[in-house]
Amino acid sequence: MTLIALAAIERVFHLGETDVHALARIDLNIAAGEYVAVVGPSGSGKSTLLNLLGLLDQPTAGTYHLEGRDVTTLSADEQAAVRSRRIGFVFQSFHLVPRLTAAENIALPMMLAGIPVAVREQRVRQALRDFGLDNRANHRPDELSGGQRQRVAIARATIMQPALLLADEPTGNLDRATGEEVVHLLEALNAQGMTLIVVTHDAALAARAGRQIMMEDGRVKSDVSHAALATSTSA
Amino acid sequence: MRYADILRFARDAATAYPLRTLLSVLAMAIGVASVVLLTALGDGARRYVVGQFSSLGSNLVIVLPGRSATGGFNPANGITTTPRDLTVDDAAALLRAPAVQRVAPLAVGTTEISAGGRLREVVAAGSTASLMAVRNFQLAQGRFLPEDEWRSSAPVAVIGMTIRNDMFGNQPAVGQLIRLGDRRLRVIGVLKSTGQGVGMNTDELVIVPVALAQALFNSNTLLRIMVQARGRDQIEAAKAQATAILKARHGGEEDVTVITQDAVLATFDKLLGALTAAVAGIAAISLLVAGVLVMNVMLVAVTQRRAEIGLIKALGARGSTIQQIFLVEAAMLSLAGAVTGYLLGQLGALVLRQLFPVFPAYAPAWAVAAALLTALVTGLLFGILPARRAAQLDTVDALMRH
Ligand SMILES: Nc1ncnc2c1ncn2[C@@H]1O[C@H](COP(=O)(O)OP(=O)(O)OP(=O)(O)O)[C@@H](O)[C@H]1O
Ligand SMILES: [Mg+2]
Repeated sequence: MTLIALAAIERVFHLGETDVHALARIDLNIAAGEYVAVVGPSGSGKSTLLNLLGLLDQPTAGTYHLEGRDVTTLSADEQAAVRSRRIGFVFQSFHLVPRLTAAENIALPMMLAGIPVAVREQRVRQALRDFGLDNRANHRPDELSGGQRQRVAIARATIMQPALLLADEPTGNLDRATGEEVVHLLEALNAQGMTLIVVTHDAALAARAGRQIMMEDGRVKSDVSHAALATSTSA
Repeated sequence: MRYADILRFARDAATAYPLRTLLSVLAMAIGVASVVLLTALGDGARRYVVGQFSSLGSNLVIVLPGRSATGGFNPANGITTTPRDLTVDDAAALLRAPAVQRVAPLAVGTTEISAGGRLREVVAAGSTASLMAVRNFQLAQGRFLPEDEWRSSAPVAVIGMTIRNDMFGNQPAVGQLIRLGDRRLRVIGVLKSTGQGVGMNTDELVIVPVALAQALFNSNTLLRIMVQARGRDQIEAAKAQATAILKARHGGEEDVTVITQDAVLATFDKLLGALTAAVAGIAAISLLVAGVLVMNVMLVAVTQRRAEIGLIKALGARGSTIQQIFLVEAAMLSLAGAVTGYLLGQLGALVLRQLFPVFPAYAPAWAVAAALLTALVTGLLFGILPARRAAQLDTVDALMRH
């Protein structure tokens, strides 16, 4: 089943006199449950693509169908509802609210969605257990290690059980060992059926994904699936 | 987002930045406190003056010799040389007026009082038994002047509390003999202490029959005639009738001034009421300033919390939810400030009342309500701009650039 269908997507930034084509005519389909790594040089449009997929940003032209629904024509509030229920974000710099505890940070999407307190508490407890944060529930972000922070962020991104998990350089601020731990967590979530799209500079990390999309100058330079890769090398 | 969650979120955000929060709460508190305190002062002054006038007696009409300058131009005035004096007969004649209930003549002069070897200067007032009812006097001991002392000059005196203490210390005064000028009088009563008020200080007064006073001062004129009308609605009639009677008695010439206490009172009441309102208005400006400060504090909060705003937008918060969060925070700051200011203002008024017990420094209810309401409305109004700015932040921009 196709989760994401991009057709002729463009994103142009106007910087004074010059136009920056961050994305230029992108056509892309991603099926539900895929594990996609987006790679490419700096400035190639990876983050711009991810922000569009997450409905944080609007394309200048083209259409975006998410789960068969044209989401580019939705109102701001409707897009917010889609973000709330269907999309989870993991950022390089964690983006935890410093005054809230780990448990409160994880509960934030549910609070914004108006989910009752009892349900929230029960789900947060489960998430803390799943992500090995049991004894960190009442710690604030500045009392957590980088790996723990990113685990809190992932718990928060998945607490609403989204269909799509977007991660922009999730290991960028972590050392290798902690980064690997976080990648395993993300892959476990993908194994449960969540579609995972990871932007990364790390070739080793990208190689683990079932599909690698290489960007350059706002275009898809190559789009290789593991199966295809296997056949091309054997051929 | 649930209302309880919005409240909790806004509260936590406010307490996470204590200095900023304290500052805007303080500004709002000062604004509200100054309204409460200043109107307590203004209204206290009004109440004080009104109270003092009321203690002069009810339904009072006062007749003074001479034409008041406010009477307008009267050709007859131009011819008159000196106004005719008021006499005891004039006063007695006023009893004929149907709207008049009581009349008390008043002759006043200074003389010396001595008793038991002590001597002092004193203001002596000559009047009749009616003065007690007309002026609302209260007795501490003994009785007031006997009835029907218009003509006779019984050698009796009623003295004020200060005179009593000066002359007799802690000895009983009633029944004792005093010397007033060249007369020997018996003290028959002592007036209750009233403290300094409008008009005469009765604590320093010696009251004697009017005929005796006139003999003492060797004059047959009166300082004024105090008239009590039969009721509130009879005051104007009493004034007109008194004027007519005296005009007839003075050869058709209107050479007296008749004032009613109500008119004086109404003037003071209006004047001091306006003063209170003006003071409240000035204090309200500080509320406006506080509102602007809350706005700035909230604008700073929006800038400082860009990343957080971007995040909760990414997590699915609608623009309206973000607006509500910031509006509620502004309202909380204003409310906390208003309540603090209200308490501070009332405390200040309480301290004032303790320091000056005669001064009824109570903030009027309308001023308190207006101050609290203005605080909340300005807080909310000035909270709108920052809240909208927060809601309109570009999500990607807020998330990535901080
Ligand atoms: N808000 C913006 N205004 C103007 N230009 C922008 C804006 N955001 C991105 N760009 C430009 O769009 C292009 C793509 O940016 P993008 O952030 O998507 O690159 P990236 O592939 O994520 O790079 P990196 O690996 O460094 O994160 C760049 O040339 C960038 O300068
Ligand atoms: Mg990027």
